[in-house]
Amino acid sequence: MDQLLYGSEVLINGLMTGVMYSLVALGFVLIYKASGVFNYAQGVMALFAALTLVGIMEGQVPFAHLINAMFGTHVESFGWNVPALLAILLTAGVMVLLAILIEKLVLQHLVGQEPIILFMATIGLAYFLEGLGDVMWGADVKTLDVGLPQGISESIEQATNDWFGYGFFIDRLDIWATIIAAILVAALVAFSQYTKQGRAMRAVADDHQAALSVGISLQFIWIMVWSIAGFVALVAGIMWGTKSGVQFSLSLIALKALPVLMLGGFTSIPGAIVGGLIIGVGEKLFEFIMSSPDLAGSWFGFTISATENWFAYVLALMFLVFRPQGLFGERIIERV
Amino acid sequence: MFYREAGDFKTSYRDDGQTFPIKLDRIGYYAILAIAVLVIPFVINDYWASAVLLPFLIYAIASIGLNILVGYAGQVSLGTGGFMAVGAFAVYKLMTAFPEISVVIHILLAGGITALVGIAFGLPSLRIKGFYLAVATLAAQFFLVWLFNKVPWFYNYSASGQINSPERTVLGWAVTGPAASPSAKYLICLAFVFMAAWVARNLTRGMVGRKWMAIRDMDIAAEIIGVNPLTAKLTAFGVSSFFIGIAGALLFAVYLGAAEVTEAFGINKSFLVLFMVIIGGLGSIFGSFAGAAFLVLLPVFLKNLLVGTLGWPTDLAAHIELMIVGALIIFFLIVEPHGLARLWRLVKEKLRLWPFPH
Repeated sequence: MDQLLYGSEVLINGLMTGVMYSLVALGFVLIYKASGVFNYAQGVMALFAALTLVGIMEGQVPFAHLINAMFGTHVESFGWNVPALLAILLTAGVMVLLAILIEKLVLQHLVGQEPIILFMATIGLAYFLEGLGDVMWGADVKTLDVGLPQGISESIEQATNDWFGYGFFIDRLDIWATIIAAILVAALVAFSQYTKQGRAMRAVADDHQAALSVGISLQFIWIMVWSIAGFVALVAGIMWGTKSGVQFSLSLIALKALPVLMLGGFTSIPGAIVGGLIIGVGEKLFEFIMSSPDLAGSWFGFTISATENWFAYVLALMFLVFRPQGLFGERIIERV
Repeated sequence: MFYREAGDFKTSYRDDGQTFPIKLDRIGYYAILAIAVLVIPFVINDYWASAVLLPFLIYAIASIGLNILVGYAGQVSLGTGGFMAVGAFAVYKLMTAFPEISVVIHILLAGGITALVGIAFGLPSLRIKGFYLAVATLAAQFFLVWLFNKVPWFYNYSASGQINSPERTVLGWAVTGPAASPSAKYLICLAFVFMAAWVARNLTRGMVGRKWMAIRDMDIAAEIIGVNPLTAKLTAFGVSSFFIGIAGALLFAVYLGAAEVTEAFGINKSFLVLFMVIIGGLGSIFGSFAGAAFLVLLPVFLKNLLVGTLGWPTDLAAHIELMIVGALIIFFLIVEPHGLARLWRLVKEKLRLWPFPH
């Protein structure tokens, strides 16, 4: 019975983590659908957005380190603090600017190249942004606090303690992340279904040439999609940054989002969400079962730990063998 | 003026099919080989060996291996770091378990073990294609690194989880361990590079290589004309992993001497080798060398420029280096998506006509 309660606590936490994975995966899906580019830099974009947000909020001078090294000065900070909401808006502006630059400097020159070349270009972009983020704002670990509630939710612990005699530990940040992710997804779906730009975006996703021929500007759509992806990255960056500090490891969440994508299919927004939930729950439960001496210990005679790094990939791999296009992906039809 | 095939008559098919059909190329190849074997070992010093030559040679083997898989057989893999780790840990276990056997045999066996692991992880490629496969190979990367981290048997239960290469000799010369001289290390790597390039070149222009290329160009059509996709894909995974395993074994045993798996064989290594292959040129043995040279020399050059000449702090230089590498990769992909090998081919075409361009 105790194990069951622990297990269900793990399950709920897994669901919440899964929502965070979905948030990152969503950025991938948007770009992949609209431009056929598999954007490896999505994770680094989240890191960059979070770094920029912290930098703006604390009034850091961008490139301070570089300026000091070149001119021997000692500039560090403007000495003001920007309120969180304004800083978020400014960061969103920076992400739009970034999207425009990426479109102008990179994508425009690579139209019609093979997907693998575009993929490699986004890895180059990831390296560049990682370096840029560090040079602009410094490489030290930063704390991000935009006023989201943190810590264990006492009311849930109290309530579950009264019901089951065992208090569930659930982070309030996770609850907020779930709510915000749900709003974001609803907004994105509404945007792509009911607005003119959203329809244009879906048209581009379906067929570049047909979209061009009815007068949709590819350039504009791409900038828009990358801006939205930048905004999703900003939201993901805020969530993960508040949770575990703004540091390099933040960019590695992209690697966590990849199996989510494989499971859900690269082209499906619901797939990204369902895949995220499956992977979040799956890896937490697997880790819980395999590292618990009472469960795996008594069943198999051994326990293993830190399985979270690979479990998602192996799960997705086994899944793909039976369904190569993922859960919700478009059917792959091959013609000779 | 001298660089052309005119007047260089071939009288047999064997001559016609040789790797360097132009005389100047042939002479150049032998000259480079002679310099590499007869001159460099005597002038090499520690800095050049550890900063430039050893990493270049070892990464050249790895990128030849990956080029076989990605460039010739068209199966994108991001598991290179994991497969290099298999090579490194296999050679470590063999070296410590059978100290009386030559280390050369150990390295070859490590390649063989990696080939088996590679084939196992290549099995999903029969069902999964394109990006899904690329991401699926990441499963190999993460699983293997985790395995070598968590199962103490692989690192002989050492307290730190590190593996250290014991001293082994080849023909009386120490090639691994702290006592090995730079020239001995260099020569053993050179021998393996030569073997890898020679085998790869001859495999890729033979029947096996043509099957790989048929699968790469269109797998369904290849299947219809009688190429078995099962054997073609799995041999590509096997041969590629064999070379990558050798590179991993050399990287650990000869170059690093001590390794910690997450640090030495992480995901960044996979990307590094993939970059070498793409920047060098997909489907080209020369490209593998060019890409490896470029990405080994670039950081050394940037570091010397930024830290040595401009005197910037090292951490800042490291970040700027990251930016420059990223920007250069994008630049290269835009200017020449077919890599340095294509540039080299263009230069040769021009040279063939020079000095009369029409």
